[in-house]
Amino acid sequence: MNLKPETLAEIEEAIPKYPEKQSAVMPLLHAIQKDQGLLTNEAAEWVAVKLEIAPIHVLSVITFYPFFRQHKIGRRHIRVCRTLSCAMAGGAKVCDKMLSEFDTGLNEVSPDGEVTVEFAECLASCGTAPVMLVDDELYENLDEAKAQEICEKIKAEAMQA
Amino acid sequence: MAIHPKEERIILKYADEPGYTPDIDCYMKNGGYEMLKKAVGMEKQAICDEVKNSQLRGRGGAGFPAGVKWSFVDRKSGKPVYMVCNCDESEPGTFKDRQIVHKDPHQLIEGIIISSFATDCAKAFIYIREEMPKGAAILNQAIKEAKEKNFVGDDILGSGYSCDIVVHRGAAAYICGEETGLIESLEGKRANPRIKPPYFPAVLGLYMCPTIVNNVETLCNVVHILRMGADEFAKIGRPNNTGTRIWCVSGGVKRPGYYEVAGITLGELVYDICGGPKDGRTIKAIIPGGSSMKILKNGERFTGKDRDGNEYDWGIEDIPLDYDGIAAAGSMSGSGGMMVLDDSVEIPVALANLMAFYSHESCGQCTPCREGSLWLKKITTRMVHGQARPEDVDLMKSVADQIEGRTICAFGFAVAWPVQSYLAKFEDEFREFADRHSRMGGDRSAAKELACNH
Repeated sequence: MNLKPETLAEIEEAIPKYPEKQSAVMPLLHAIQKDQGLLTNEAAEWVAVKLEIAPIHVLSVITFYPFFRQHKIGRRHIRVCRTLSCAMAGGAKVCDKMLSEFDTGLNEVSPDGEVTVEFAECLASCGTAPVMLVDDELYENLDEAKAQEICEKIKAEAMQA
Repeated sequence: MAIHPKEERIILKYADEPGYTPDIDCYMKNGGYEMLKKAVGMEKQAICDEVKNSQLRGRGGAGFPAGVKWSFVDRKSGKPVYMVCNCDESEPGTFKDRQIVHKDPHQLIEGIIISSFATDCAKAFIYIREEMPKGAAILNQAIKEAKEKNFVGDDILGSGYSCDIVVHRGAAAYICGEETGLIESLEGKRANPRIKPPYFPAVLGLYMCPTIVNNVETLCNVVHILRMGADEFAKIGRPNNTGTRIWCVSGGVKRPGYYEVAGITLGELVYDICGGPKDGRTIKAIIPGGSSMKILKNGERFTGKDRDGNEYDWGIEDIPLDYDGIAAAGSMSGSGGMMVLDDSVEIPVALANLMAFYSHESCGQCTPCREGSLWLKKITTRMVHGQARPEDVDLMKSVADQIEGRTICAFGFAVAWPVQSYLAKFEDEFREFADRHSRMGGDRSAAKELACNH
């Protein structure tokens, strides 16, 4: 495991916060996923050694929670809410727009490697439906035109990077 | 700042005030942490008594009296007691805790520390869902600021009482909102809920120690109970339904949003505050307290006798907007997440959307829920795709009836109630919908978009 110094620092800071070490499984997985982009079996074993628990315990956590992943995704992570309030407000159309703009399919990495578009369950912003997360940023009151603007912004940021 | 004159803002008093920021200076400038200073000079039991006497009920879903919950804590075991703030706001339709955490985080910190002090908790945790990544960062910053001022940490304000707050990020599992599932998750495991008895958190909670799990809005109320006194607080709203509630309204209304109110009717919220249905639309049904709650049909009469023996006969707009009012109408106020369905929404398709949610979110521990929720997703999906079978409406009811009450946690009810109530009130629509879509080869795109269950 080749983790960045700031990731290691975050990990060392997280563990003593809890009365029992195993509680730090999720914070460690969050830190490693941010660092590596995904959670490999190697990562699970690394966390297991670190917290003195069995690797299967770590793997069982990884596979339970939807926001932990064992596969690669695009550089930007787009999650469109699909639950009822957003669906009533046209969430599906917003998602279709994101997919067509990046010429990709649901849950796939776009051909340019830039994005992965997924549906997510309720993002708890139903009053401003439909909504989506682009990485940590919440976009609200969406429609196809706004979705297009966001796509253009992502593409422009990719050009600069 | 109230968005509508009918609002009575206590918790969200400052949240949308221009210039109000989430930092500690802004909070203190507006009287913040004064109640913590008062609290540490009080007898712990006196604070608990105030909360009990205020009749404050939990704002997370079940509506259990908070002070009574606190009194269940096992003090004889000698184990440390833990405080857990449930900020896993994941009941579809609910977005109130998001406002508090993002706009006024110190109010929550103050509420947690006062509550932890009163109940003598050794440590506090905030379990926040990962769908609010910025919320976790805001809370961590707020805790850091509060520590610098000695409101959190060791020997708080010279009281001899120490308490740290740890922010724990979830990873998008709905079941973590269930308190025992949350505790398992906090222990670093899959969030499989525990069976009660014996695992009542007040006795066998986090690390098998006594634990108090309270919702964000509930803990914020503690600050105001201390400020006003229990008696004044209890004058807000109706007896047994005291204090304000933050209602989240989404769906087919002109002004969706969050509104903090007390002592009004459902009609005042939906028609006056939210402006009623969108132009050209009528309201078909309302899901009153988050997607798990039984649906209320517009046009139906809600009749019965209240606890004083008085008969009532309400239309949907007359229902008192509180725990007991909505319970009297046969549903629950739940987490306060109200979804308004207008006449453009086909009820079977709305159900298909929600069954995709519930089958995705079942933790898989209990067979009736794990298998049943998937059956319900499959049945509603094939209905939307024009492949309904003649027995499907009866089959859905049968499956839901076999889930209800046969699971470790309340998730089983959350799956069953929508199915049972939608079928009870809209059975003809289900049969007509299944029949129509099975026969015609026409356009099903709108239904597929609303079901959104890829």
